[in-house]
Amino acid sequence: MSAQPIIVSASPHVHSDRTSKKLMYDVVIALIPAFLVSVYVFGISALIVTSVAIISCIVFEYVIQKYLLKADVTITDGSALITGILLAFNLPSNLPIWMIITGSLVAIGVAKLSFGGLGFNIFNPALVGRVFLLISFPVQMTSWPTAFVNNTSVVDAVTGATSLGIIKEGLNMGETMTEISAKIPSSIDMLFGFTSGSLGEMSALALIVGGLYLIIRKVISWHIPITLLATIFIMTAIFWVANPEHYANPLIHLLTGGAILGAFFMATDLVTSPMTKKGMVIFAIGIGIITVVIRLFGAYPEGISFAILIMNAFVPLINKFFKPRRFGAKIKSKIV
Amino acid sequence: MLKTFPKGGIHPPENKITSSKGIKKMTLPKVVYVPISQHIGIPAEITVDVKDKVEIGQVIAKSGGFMSSNIHSPVAGTVTKLDKIIDTSGYKKQCIVIRTDLKDESNFTDTAYPLKTTITLEPKAILQKINDSGIVGLGGATFPSHVKLSIKEGTKLDHLIINGVECEPYLTADHRLMLEKAEEIIVGIKILMFALHIDKAIIGIENNKSDAIETFKKIITKDDHIKIAALKVKYPQGGEKQLVRALLNREVPKNGLPLDVGVIVHNVGTIFAIYQAIQHNIPLIERVVTVTGKKLENPSNYWVKIGTPITDLVNEVGGLPEDTRKIVNGGPMMGKAIKNMDVPVTKGTSGILVISEDEASRGEPKNCIRCGECVDVCPMGLEPHLLMNLSEKGMYEKASAEDIMTCIECGSCSYVCPSHRPLLDYIRFGKNSVKKMNTSKN
Repeated sequence: MSAQPIIVSASPHVHSDRTSKKLMYDVVIALIPAFLVSVYVFGISALIVTSVAIISCIVFEYVIQKYLLKADVTITDGSALITGILLAFNLPSNLPIWMIITGSLVAIGVAKLSFGGLGFNIFNPALVGRVFLLISFPVQMTSWPTAFVNNTSVVDAVTGATSLGIIKEGLNMGETMTEISAKIPSSIDMLFGFTSGSLGEMSALALIVGGLYLIIRKVISWHIPITLLATIFIMTAIFWVANPEHYANPLIHLLTGGAILGAFFMATDLVTSPMTKKGMVIFAIGIGIITVVIRLFGAYPEGISFAILIMNAFVPLINKFFKPRRFGAKIKSKIV
Repeated sequence: MLKTFPKGGIHPPENKITSSKGIKKMTLPKVVYVPISQHIGIPAEITVDVKDKVEIGQVIAKSGGFMSSNIHSPVAGTVTKLDKIIDTSGYKKQCIVIRTDLKDESNFTDTAYPLKTTITLEPKAILQKINDSGIVGLGGATFPSHVKLSIKEGTKLDHLIINGVECEPYLTADHRLMLEKAEEIIVGIKILMFALHIDKAIIGIENNKSDAIETFKKIITKDDHIKIAALKVKYPQGGEKQLVRALLNREVPKNGLPLDVGVIVHNVGTIFAIYQAIQHNIPLIERVVTVTGKKLENPSNYWVKIGTPITDLVNEVGGLPEDTRKIVNGGPMMGKAIKNMDVPVTKGTSGILVISEDEASRGEPKNCIRCGECVDVCPMGLEPHLLMNLSEKGMYEKASAEDIMTCIECGSCSYVCPSHRPLLDYIRFGKNSVKKMNTSKN
């Protein structure tokens, strides 16, 4: 017999090798392709924005947990790291550093820790930080350094609106889509990242690669991203078919405005999305509809951040009303 | 496409390291400790006294009522004590201690009787014999078999399902039994079909035991009306409700029994015990036990006399490894961890699993990250995270309304939880509290 005491515990006596930490670091890995694209497009400024966001998120989590809450410090679980990266991905590359830090404080302090920390937050922390900045500093948050527009080289000094911003502005001035489309990058450019916008939304392709990695690793299921993107596509397609001179084509809607980033990385946040597959589908349809309504009829050119936050608020209700079907609740089969 | 149940389930590493090890006869234990309560229901009543000589197969404790079972002496020997000893449950239970007579030849007769296929008993006599022979469900639930077989007049019953799933990792007792006693099992199935007037039987076997599937397919004929169904490997397919759903696409109603959908389910081990009782007049005094563990010298399957102390089994395979930290009676998903090695093998013991240092401890519980994985894997369509919360907060009414009582305690939720939350621990606690709440109401 061994010198160590025998352990007696209730079953099960085995565990899968999945841990929260591994899930979190898988998300980090999935974000790497998009990060590399942002560094390629924006250079050093992308590095700066991302590092500032990550470091400030982790530092705020540490300080608040240790000195304010006097609780266990959980900075190694990877969740603050993800919040930092996702926040940075939602910011323009030339945002003043103090603004980034303010955004981190709101994300970690307000959206996450004041609700009780990881697992208890209702709203996606990174998005709360982003929307806070968007509302507080609308000018800085909506002027992006333009990169590779019309296949010219990187011109850091030039700032401009995103494709959706250009479209909205153009439509408000009474221009037609044919006139506007000359001013925005082609869909191919959008796919590979030769467009303007926030750090993380540069290349749809890089984001899709990361998203597929998450689905293959079973960190997320396909239900939210596919339903969400399909909803956006179908809704914008209907408007586009009805009046192509007044509405952008559905491809533009899918490839810009952070739709892909939102669908794969923001809406799928485990904590703030529904628990059942049925619930996830409802949640994603809701986000899709709200996004399109804001984009086409709202004041903001982009709407997915707001849409996700609004639907986050409905998650407890969705969980309550879209429960899994209990085994044997209603007899489907009959005795032959 | 292989059949399986549609909702939930997991696929833990199978670790069936003893699947190629033939069933060996365990060395005769010097002393056996036979508990009088090895089944669900009323304990049996002791009919022997200290110093009595007992013969092998003699009734030493009589069934204490309808929901009870006879207990027979597994050896020829002398009763030395009637004492309370700790059993698997961790509680002290009344036991009959018998010193084995190592000179008595009946202790050494081989169980390999010639196959006997003709059924001579009438249905009524068969059911009586099953009752007399102390047969209980050997899959682990130890539900007295005669109770299961006492079917009310007018009940519609069309299928006998034989559970050869053995979905617990590590365990291979049923697998080996199917390989080595296939013909006896088929006769056992025919006995039950005859006794219950059922004309269709299905043996459900997971596809990781393709040799057993082949063996059965070779020996059955068309007239037997016995089907062999290969199932996709998925835990907990051995659960009655999951198995009925997988094989017949029928869903046992909430709080119901397979009988409600015209099905009766028996484990292969039980079927073999029934064969032994009916054809050879041998009561349930021994069973197949898998003694296994990654670090064991010589893990294998054994014919073990009921009442054999677990120490004897472990010694048989080369003793406990140095770094043993956990000993489990049963499989890793639903087995009970034991501390005392003197605990005897009972009718419900399908395996002894020895777990080493590296796999023995649980991870530290963290916050629920609401990933929904527990909801995904629950084969009963429950929300384990919610049930745990409600149990933790003492909200038993609510837990009951959320169907906590339908939990089959398979442990899939705790197995997958990435935050290592003790979901099933709390759900068990909640179930007990709901039970108490309901009894105090009545």
